[in-house]
Amino acid sequence: MTGSYEGGNAMADETIPRREFLKGAMVGTAALAAGNPAPAAAQTPAAATAASADAEPLLTLTATEHAFIVGAVDTIIPADELSPSASACGVATFIDRQLAGAYGMGARLYRQGPFPKAKPELGYQLTLNPREFFRAGIEQANSWTRKTYGKDFDRLSVQDREAALKAMEDNKAPFAGFSSRMFFDALLQITMEGFFADPIYGGNRDMAGWKMVGYPGLPATYREDITKYFNKKYDKPPRSIADFS
Amino acid sequence: MAIILKEVDAVCIGVGFTGSIAARELTKAGLKVVGLERGANRSTREDFALPNVRDDLKYAVRQELFQDTQLETVSLRHTPGETALPIRRLGSFLPGVGVGGAGAHWNGVTWRLLPTDHNLRTHLESRYGKNAISAEMTIEDFPVSYDELEPYYDRFEKLLGVSGKAGNLRGQKIDGGNVFEGPRQNEYPNKPLAMSMAGAIMEKAARELGYHPFRAPAANMSAAYTNPEGVTLGACEYCGHCERFGCEANAKSSPQSCILPVLLADDRFELRTHAYVKELLYDRQGKKVKAVRYVDTRSGEEYEQPAGLVVLGAYVFNNNLLMMQAGIGEQYDPVTGKGALGRNYCYQVSGGGATVFFEDKIINPFMAAGASFGMNIDDFNGDNFDHSGLGFFGGAWISAGTSNGRPIQTRPVPPGTPRWGRDWKKATAKWYNHAFNIGASCCNYAHRENYLDLDPTYRDALGRPLVRMTYNFQENDYKVREYMGGVLARIARAMNPTIMSARAIPRGNYNVVPYQSTHNTGGTITGTNPKTSVVNRYLQAWQADNLFVMGASVFPQNASYNPTGVVGALAYYAAEAITTRYIKSPGPLVHA
Repeated sequence: MTGSYEGGNAMADETIPRREFLKGAMVGTAALAAGNPAPAAAQTPAAATAASADAEPLLTLTATEHAFIVGAVDTIIPADELSPSASACGVATFIDRQLAGAYGMGARLYRQGPFPKAKPELGYQLTLNPREFFRAGIEQANSWTRKTYGKDFDRLSVQDREAALKAMEDNKAPFAGFSSRMFFDALLQITMEGFFADPIYGGNRDMAGWKMVGYPGLPATYREDITKYFNKKYDKPPRSIADFS
Repeated sequence: MAIILKEVDAVCIGVGFTGSIAARELTKAGLKVVGLERGANRSTREDFALPNVRDDLKYAVRQELFQDTQLETVSLRHTPGETALPIRRLGSFLPGVGVGGAGAHWNGVTWRLLPTDHNLRTHLESRYGKNAISAEMTIEDFPVSYDELEPYYDRFEKLLGVSGKAGNLRGQKIDGGNVFEGPRQNEYPNKPLAMSMAGAIMEKAARELGYHPFRAPAANMSAAYTNPEGVTLGACEYCGHCERFGCEANAKSSPQSCILPVLLADDRFELRTHAYVKELLYDRQGKKVKAVRYVDTRSGEEYEQPAGLVVLGAYVFNNNLLMMQAGIGEQYDPVTGKGALGRNYCYQVSGGGATVFFEDKIINPFMAAGASFGMNIDDFNGDNFDHSGLGFFGGAWISAGTSNGRPIQTRPVPPGTPRWGRDWKKATAKWYNHAFNIGASCCNYAHRENYLDLDPTYRDALGRPLVRMTYNFQENDYKVREYMGGVLARIARAMNPTIMSARAIPRGNYNVVPYQSTHNTGGTITGTNPKTSVVNRYLQAWQADNLFVMGASVFPQNASYNPTGVVGALAYYAAEAITTRYIKSPGPLVHA
């Protein structure tokens, strides 16, 4: 299975039972990272936490896309003493569900042409819906890291992932069509959404994002507390929609 | 072929604040009124219920309550020479849809204009000289003075139950209120909201600087309130979910919480939802709108609703679109300066901002009400300060505080913090509960090249042209913003924060992506001259006697203030003219 990542799509063998397939993907990631002469500390936290992220079946992301997303969100929000990694908090699941749903399909997006090239102040002007945009963006990100580092993004060391994302953020990774910065901004936005949205969408598992900042969530009825907690830390544990449903 | 319906006394296009107020006043006067709302019904009990009303992703980020740009949007170009492109995703502003309109999901900031905002051109010319205003700056007086509108401001504030503290009660200045406001006949109907930590810090700093801090007037109920319609609003829970959300407690004033309960119970009113008004059928000879054509979005069937009287109370863009399509008035041309329709489109200039961080203070940003929950100053608003030699006119209301702590969108970090990674996490966790913003909402004075017309290329779901916005910030706007940036930095320093960031916004094009405000104004402006305005002082169209246009589309320019208080007051003012004068003797209420 280790080699099956080569080419990016060879794993799409439907005869492989899904659990096996996922395990294989994980081993592949870990093995490749191990084969990289990177320090042990750089061993991908994504690989370490992928089990929980991968536990949710996918709606729309391909295996390659999912591996990219796990690697990217865990570089944006790595595990540390403040929270588990983004994927361990369900952010990859969140992104999969968002892209499979109304948002991904272009809800609330005016899509009539023509679509000439536009200055950025006029906002999003592409024909692609978010699902298509992420597909194209992930393809280009992987293609760029293969050219630059010899590997798909998810198999880079932590340092190289950070460098690769930084290059995209700074618009230093040449993408065809839209800019790498535009892709990075969209990736960052949806990652933060997944980390801080109510857990009903699959991310912010155990309200880890809310706990990290001290956001109490629901029910947010503070008529008494507004004066009681004036200049005082609000110490009640957060609750989410599910706690009231 | 459209199905032709039986004539009714009056039709209100849009059932938001203006449509509800007009319909209420007209039904009280005995008229049969039909409210046509393009969206669905929305009620507090069904649509704004806990726990899901606190869903930040659904409402604040995925824009559940806003106009669906798949169906309808506007296009933008920055100058008349460019090709406009559609705003494909809402960002800069967020018009509403559905019963309640944007009144269901606003924050609740309810201002009156300053007296000098009402007679702006006259005032500036008398203070700074006849030639002080550049020819490019096409500002006008509101034809209705502050004193004339005062009772209607009062009426709207009482409908809403606005929380606040008067700063000028019948001429007597009161410390702690806004001493720059025009004289009020009455105190606010509801006492001020609770004080936030950010507000307390702002108050102290502003006083030290010699400014006059006060609490922003808030349509968020500091205590339960029963309005003159007999409708009771609940007390605010400081949940931090006002703007972009409905209110489960009916503690934020909205058409739902203030007026619809009585209107919907009245047999003389009929609400038709999913009634998407497509066009006004205009009789140019008779100077009348004969009927309104709408599509039932559930069936695709078209209906023609004849009406004696039409109140156009859609959002700014649809007010313009329907007038332009019907040809009610002459399209404005920026080259010749002729025509009034589409003229003086204005917006709001966001004045940068400063963020202050306090290691030793707890802000609890999530405990908040929508209406700029903190402290304000008006010392640099309108013409409250001397503009001699400044090179610009107008100003800003400045406020410090929080309206929410919803972390998808509200996570202040000190300048220089990366946007992601370990250091971002550390800074976010450290500062989330220790920071707030100071902001300036600047006026936007009309400019000859900023206007609305119909887009030649892009169309909406009904096949109509999009409204095309030709708009950019102008010299006056940049200068106001730069000046306010200095004021904000001064206030921030006076707060003595651990860290502060005062961001100077570089001069640049208007950008449709980041949210700025849903304070679009103009295009069907009110005035005394039919050559330069579209409606008279009673909001009656010069070219169609039975058409009354309500909403911020009638503003000759935009002051720094949020428009809703003015929109509501003008709606009452116009409704009174209709019920006391027009229906007795239909015809022009002002002879030009």
